[in-house]
Amino acid sequence: MDRLEKEILDVLRDDCRYSAAKIAVMLGESEEKVVAKINELEESGIIVKYAAITNSELIDEEVVEALIEVKVTPQKGRGFDGLAESVSLCPEVKGVYLMSGTYDLAVFVEGKSLRNISRFVAEKISTFDCVISTATHFILKKYKIEGNITQKQDSMRLSVQP
Amino acid sequence: MRSFISERAALLKPSGIRKFFDIVHEKKNAISLGVGEPDFITPWDIRDAGIRSVQKGRTQYTGNRGLPELRENISEYLRVRFSLDYPKERIIVTVGASEAIDLTLRAICEKDDEIIIPDPCYVSYAPCVSLNSAVPVSVKCTDENGFIITPEMLEAAITPKTKALILAYPNNPTGGIMTKEQLEKIVPVIEKHDLLVISDEIYAELTYGEKHVSVASLPGMKERTVLINGFSKAFAMTGWRVGFVCAPKEIDDAMFKIHQYGIMCAPSMSQYAANYALKSGFDDNFASVKYMHDEYNRRRRFMVNAFNSMNLACFEPKGAFYVFPSVESTGLDGEEFATGLLEKQEVAVVPGVSFGEAGKYHIRASYATSMEQLNKAADRIYKFLRELNGA
Repeated sequence: MDRLEKEILDVLRDDCRYSAAKIAVMLGESEEKVVAKINELEESGIIVKYAAITNSELIDEEVVEALIEVKVTPQKGRGFDGLAESVSLCPEVKGVYLMSGTYDLAVFVEGKSLRNISRFVAEKISTFDCVISTATHFILKKYKIEGNITQKQDSMRLSVQP
Repeated sequence: MRSFISERAALLKPSGIRKFFDIVHEKKNAISLGVGEPDFITPWDIRDAGIRSVQKGRTQYTGNRGLPELRENISEYLRVRFSLDYPKERIIVTVGASEAIDLTLRAICEKDDEIIIPDPCYVSYAPCVSLNSAVPVSVKCTDENGFIITPEMLEAAITPKTKALILAYPNNPTGGIMTKEQLEKIVPVIEKHDLLVISDEIYAELTYGEKHVSVASLPGMKERTVLINGFSKAFAMTGWRVGFVCAPKEIDDAMFKIHQYGIMCAPSMSQYAANYALKSGFDDNFASVKYMHDEYNRRRRFMVNAFNSMNLACFEPKGAFYVFPSVESTGLDGEEFATGLLEKQEVAVVPGVSFGEAGKYHIRASYATSMEQLNKAADRIYKFLRELNGA
């Protein structure tokens, strides 16, 4: 990845609404070059998606999120990939990561209720032969989401200074 | 009852910025481009170092000059970043660069001495000169030559009473810098008239394109330069109040006495935090400074482009975090423009005249504010201009 690609990602990670023209101004590059780089980043899968980061706690709708730790017996020839790919296909699953440490897969799920998620664990995840055990942790409060502190912080900065 | 106020204090003009501040303060939804400090908060590990020093009970005075370890690190910092060579014995840690400015002028000013100051510039030099019964002499700088001081301009301002020249580059409010070549050109004039240079380099880490060159690093100049710098801008540590000053021995001795009696020492907690800022900077090649620098640079390009595309001629600032466009094309002066913009579109910028007469038709817009806010501000300025043009 070259310097320009890195810089473009820096800008887009902060706010993906910037047009290529604006990014070009900010980085002191031509618009064509920036457009080409963004296309490459999209095609190569480095840019996965442009989406709004939301705080579900403020949305007037019951949503339950949980982290499920899954211990797995690796499958012959496929290791953890087989299970991880199957689990990834479930629509309620928002993220699947292979972890170092005391468990193997971290699965982030979103459901309408605690029961909903419990059922997902009992009826889907636990039924895979290679799953040794699961531990479900419900998210109670979000302090920081994707690098953003959720609590509005009062700026104490004076508005005009020499 | 008689008046207890000294004539010096009575004659001091209230800061032009203060007046504007009061108006902005009433506008709760205003976007402020009027700030003169980073919008970043001090990196957490530096904050933590300050906290730890308090927890460990390091709450006493430090030596008058400041912590020896901090001064050693400042010495190293100046060497690594700006090729300057000051031993720790020649460094005084001050309460921000502000104290250093005051201290220097107190140490050198005699009644009626003339001190040359570029105009426009930071607001405190001239009052500090006046407080010491000396006379501030402005040299009008223009955007055509990047708001620098040329040998001709300097020569024209010098009289037999001239004692010192204040250089403040990278410059607040213009964002102008002076390159090595430009500095080299004024050195002969400085030497010819045996002047002292007071170089306020608080924005030294924030230059874009070219690295900052300190006038003290030029041959022969260290012995006639008082170098002022600090932690506020580079490390986003404005509220901690830590700066430092390095001067030729004779001036250092004089300043040290004044600092000793007037201040004692810079705040201990802040000194520990500043010390950590340097130590960790040596370890990671000043990554957090670079991070902030790069972020400012993007905003800078955005702002210059925004003003220029609105037909407000904007000199490309190569340092600090301000743009200083001319608003002359609107038929308004900077003050009328700033007042109108705040009234109609709730964007606060500072009238250029607050920084000297040369800034009369300019405004200072700080980009030490998030891109999101800058974007909104640019849209509002655009609307304001359209209204002005009757569209």
